[in-house]
Amino acid sequence: MLLIRCPYCEEERPELEFRNAGEAHIARSANIAGESDDDFEKFFFIRSNPKGIIYERWRHMHGCARFFNAVRDTVTDKFVMTYKAGEPKPSKLPGAAK
Amino acid sequence: MAKAAAKKATTVATPSVERRPALIGRSTTAPSVKVEILPPAERISLRAPEASVAALSKALGLTLPKKPKTSALKAGRTALWLGPDEWLVIDEAGNDPLADCTGVSALHSAVGISHRNIAISVAGTGAAATINSGCPQDLSLETFPVGAASRTILGKTEIVLLRTADNAFRVECWRSFSDYVFTFLSEGARDAAV
Amino acid sequence: MSGAFRIPSAGRLKQAKTAGFSFDGRSYTGIEGDTLASALLANGVHLVGRSFKYHRPRGFLSAGVEEPNALVQIVRDDARKTPNVRATVQELYDGLAANSQNRWPSLAFDVGAVNDIASPMFSAGFYYKTFMWPKAAWKSLYEPRIREAAGLGVSPDKPDPDHYSSRYAHCDVLVLGGGAAGIAAALAAAETGVLVILADEQAEFGGSLRFESGAKIDGQDGFGWAQAAIAKLSAMDNVRVLSRTTAFGYYAQNFVGLVERVSDHLKAPGHDLPRERLWQVRAKRVVLASGAIERHMVFADNDRPGIMLAGAARTFLNHYGVAVGRNVGVYTANDSAYAAAIDLKKAGVNVAAIVDLRDHPTGPVIDEARALGIEVNFGRAVIRAGGKLRVSSMTVQPKNGGGERTIPVDAILMSAGWTPSVHLFSQSRGKVAFNDETKRFVPGTYAQDCVSVGACNGTDGLSASVDEAYAAGAKAAKDAGAKIAKGTKPKVDASESWSRGMLGAAPGAGPDKTVKAFVDFQNDVTAKDIRQAVHEGMRSIEHVKRFTTNGMATDQGKTSNMHGLAIAAETLGKPIPEVGLTTFRAPYTPVTFGAIVSHARGPLFDPTRKTAIHPWAAAQGAVFEDVGQWKRAWYFPKGGEDMHAAVDRECVAVRTKAGLFDASTLGKIEVVGPDAAKFMELLYTNPWEKLEPGRCRYGIMLREDGFIYDDGVVGRLTPDRFHVTTTTGGAPRVMNHMEDYLQTEFPHLNVWLTSITEQWAVIAVQGPKSRDIIAPLVEGIDMSDEGLPHMSVREGKICGVPTRLFRMSFTGERGFEVNVPADYGRAVWEALWAEGQKHGAVAYGTEAMHVLRAEKGYIIVGQDTDGTVTPNDAGLDWAVGKKKTDFVGIRGMARPDLVAKGRKQLVGLKTKDPKVVLEEGAQIVENPQQAIPMKMIGHVTSSYWSENCGRSIALALVAGGRDRMGDTLYVPMPNGVIEVEVTGMVFFDETGGRLNG
Repeated sequence: MLLIRCPYCEEERPELEFRNAGEAHIARSANIAGESDDDFEKFFFIRSNPKGIIYERWRHMHGCARFFNAVRDTVTDKFVMTYKAGEPKPSKLPGAAK
Repeated sequence: MAKAAAKKATTVATPSVERRPALIGRSTTAPSVKVEILPPAERISLRAPEASVAALSKALGLTLPKKPKTSALKAGRTALWLGPDEWLVIDEAGNDPLADCTGVSALHSAVGISHRNIAISVAGTGAAATINSGCPQDLSLETFPVGAASRTILGKTEIVLLRTADNAFRVECWRSFSDYVFTFLSEGARDAAV
Repeated sequence: MSGAFRIPSAGRLKQAKTAGFSFDGRSYTGIEGDTLASALLANGVHLVGRSFKYHRPRGFLSAGVEEPNALVQIVRDDARKTPNVRATVQELYDGLAANSQNRWPSLAFDVGAVNDIASPMFSAGFYYKTFMWPKAAWKSLYEPRIREAAGLGVSPDKPDPDHYSSRYAHCDVLVLGGGAAGIAAALAAAETGVLVILADEQAEFGGSLRFESGAKIDGQDGFGWAQAAIAKLSAMDNVRVLSRTTAFGYYAQNFVGLVERVSDHLKAPGHDLPRERLWQVRAKRVVLASGAIERHMVFADNDRPGIMLAGAARTFLNHYGVAVGRNVGVYTANDSAYAAAIDLKKAGVNVAAIVDLRDHPTGPVIDEARALGIEVNFGRAVIRAGGKLRVSSMTVQPKNGGGERTIPVDAILMSAGWTPSVHLFSQSRGKVAFNDETKRFVPGTYAQDCVSVGACNGTDGLSASVDEAYAAGAKAAKDAGAKIAKGTKPKVDASESWSRGMLGAAPGAGPDKTVKAFVDFQNDVTAKDIRQAVHEGMRSIEHVKRFTTNGMATDQGKTSNMHGLAIAAETLGKPIPEVGLTTFRAPYTPVTFGAIVSHARGPLFDPTRKTAIHPWAAAQGAVFEDVGQWKRAWYFPKGGEDMHAAVDRECVAVRTKAGLFDASTLGKIEVVGPDAAKFMELLYTNPWEKLEPGRCRYGIMLREDGFIYDDGVVGRLTPDRFHVTTTTGGAPRVMNHMEDYLQTEFPHLNVWLTSITEQWAVIAVQGPKSRDIIAPLVEGIDMSDEGLPHMSVREGKICGVPTRLFRMSFTGERGFEVNVPADYGRAVWEALWAEGQKHGAVAYGTEAMHVLRAEKGYIIVGQDTDGTVTPNDAGLDWAVGKKKTDFVGIRGMARPDLVAKGRKQLVGLKTKDPKVVLEEGAQIVENPQQAIPMKMIGHVTSSYWSENCGRSIALALVAGGRDRMGDTLYVPMPNGVIEVEVTGMVFFDETGGRLNG
């Protein structure tokens, strides 16, 4: 069982308290009703599914109940970092320089 | 806000019918711990932005905690930090926190949940071990000191955990999960002497 | 007397405390502290099992968890018959009853042994080559026969009466392995005051100190020192010492699974004791001190009972006081077997000869063996063992060929060297490295915050191990946050030391094709099998492993992996590291399902949720159905009614008088805040801004893809407070869905959501008499149609308790839903029930509720919809706000395929024969005469007998359904084709006049 750092609770908590909520940083258009079929397809159906670093949404479902963002490595299954919902994609990842 | 609704929703009434709290009177005694259903209490789920905290604290008569995993206790009323804009307020002194919030004009949501939750006391030297039979959090006094509060997991269900003393916890769960939680804690208690 | 092979002067057991036990029905006596293995050996019993494939007679190979042969069934009672227990691990208790496995009719005469003679048929890859043809025979013939023949032991056929417990634990330093190294590491860490857990799989700590007679630490003999150290550790508040506890799995972030065997060693475990306890430990630092496992020599017939590892024989002697024979031979490629020979000789056992494969070994143990008068042969091999049910001789030959000499023996002790136990290290994702000099895989690159010490780290010698472990324990404590370091390092006064050895097949392993020189005893894999696998084209060690099944038995190849690898490498002509090691996986040793399941059985398998009104329904004899985790009253049979009769009666009563229904399980969410209406506008298809406080609306929630996700009646209590209801099963996911949008897409809205599902008990009172029943109990609410019209909500009191009283209907009758605080639910229900009796009201269950709503064409999300149904498909276009510019699903709903013609639409179906009730899920076709496979144009979603309509009714999703009104369609069933007519969805009271009736 992994430990996941909740950016709201400010500590690592057991994985059982969390739930994955899909890929992060996919913005819903403010004018979604006027979106083209192609744009809606990209927004709703297309996901990156990378080997390596992925940006995900998680929810501290059985903790503070907040949704937040996480950077996870799909190869090692390690969480690189977590940050609050609404915050921008981090420009630099911890340990990335190494 | 929401004055009208809140006023009417208070449970301070003169019922002509019997109140039947779930599992009332049940307890399990093991060598190192006692698990016991606590009497009903008044509760609200309080939601508010940062700017409203001072006004609500004043109305409730205690300082709403802003630090994760903490609680504040005053005169039989406890406010548990559950999330950055969420508190569980429990009043065991017979006062109604919902009524206290009705006069607050600052932005907030107060919803009465006195009947939604059931409280279970877990007390004794084996209290932490009992809860750790199904709760994955570190309950050492360093990590989960007296007054620490958190929503978390017990077995296959969600609980709210509050440490009330070195060897005592209050476990809150939803009404229909209380049988499961009480049975789980009773089994855990049986094994907690180790 | 506890056995003829017991040597009173040897071992540590107290001879006086005897324990009776039985094996295959025969009674024996052992001593408390024995394992089943040592007790049997003390009685001269070596033959304890038959091998898996060839049914060869087998004895004990080891004295520990690596045992591949001595698997027995322990029978406590009818329900407690544990198969595959390693006799070398099972502690003896008075009255223990064990049986051998995999033999018929008896251990000494086993019919299955014909497999041994026919063994050329069962060579490597046997399963892949045989049973391939004819294909049909697999299911009818091969598989049942193989299943019968395969497997070991007999599963108990009764529920497990024992209970199992579990515990999450956190510590600073977790030490796995309680030999000298583990104890030293634990001492160093514990002395700093940090939280330490020390676990060892044995009943007693000490590891190899149990047999190392030459070890002396802090002035005591090694084993005595270990016991004193454990006593000291156990007395410390910051230390938890767990014996009989196996670390079976090492997971991410130093999360380690341990199983503690709490009561399997007790004669009469108290009811309060669990059989096993699962520990899930999160440690800041882990110290691995898992030791090393001795390897056997690979030579012909090396599996005969009486042939065992030298270290095991030494353990049986030095710890249990048991001689494994009276005239033993030794076959070794390593010094450590000499120590066994010396100890046995000193205890009075004749050592016939030591056969050492090495050419010119030197050292003190060799000198000592010679000084004791033991015959020592260098450069020679044991090429064959004699005997069948027990070894009777060993045949020795110079390793490069030459004259044979057969020496009579009753036991052979062997040692090819020691394999560091890197299992847990490997499970932690650490990468092992091959040490070419010592021919061992040792921990290389670490992946987690752990450290290996002692023999598992390839460290040779007690002194070096203790030094290394003590330093590592202190460092682990420091890294985990320890401030102080005090205490003294244990001083090793005397020790034994050995290393090296050989890997792979010795000269006695063939090339002869009929020679059985076992590499893997448990899966009956020989050296020849591994060579054959390579010859047949297997190149990767992973392929060799699967083709031969080497190392794939429950012992996980603890003794066989390295030999198998070496033989494969030699055959491939490659160095060992290039061939690579197979992956170690959890569990290290088998773990019971009981331990894994732990508390989650019986009432704790899953929460069973019951409403406040449940006890009343149960007392009335209601039959319940499961809806998610909820128990819901399904119907209320009276006076011997069957379900059909009860439901008919309930349905008629609701439409003629009234019915009470427990709707407490409906999901309920309170939406509060100045932006509550704006939020509702975004989450539901309907318009909400203009809904007046005190009024209700039926709302539809979509997913972003445009399909119906949930529905429910929503009441607006005040301008900024909505009482939202959801489906019973949908409550948690609807809450999650709403929170998701609120927190991440619409965080600017000032609104909050609170689940109030369990705050309110809900009593639906439906039917023409419903108002008459409720009105006398209500205070402060105008109950007239003007004061409380259909689809409205008021707050007031009922029976003196607060209520949110909804005027709404899921039956088409005048109806109310009475919300009261849950603790009052039962009492208010009883009050309403009493009032209802004056009007002929009934209690009705979910089945009647389903029928009544279907009569009115009200859909149930999840039954009449399946996640691919749009509001338009369901005929609910009226509930979609036409002027709205945004709500979740608005764009998805407009996707080309979702607005295309010919979509499946929800319609009513009436069977031409009104008595015929369609089956839910039945497929619908246009023309039943068409060729199979027919074109299916839809299916039945809901179907009931409607007593109120006097006929069957059904709802169905049919392609272009609304354009087919009046058409005849067909439902082909096994017993014939059913003719149906497409109709509207409302079967009863089409004008809806009864809502105010």
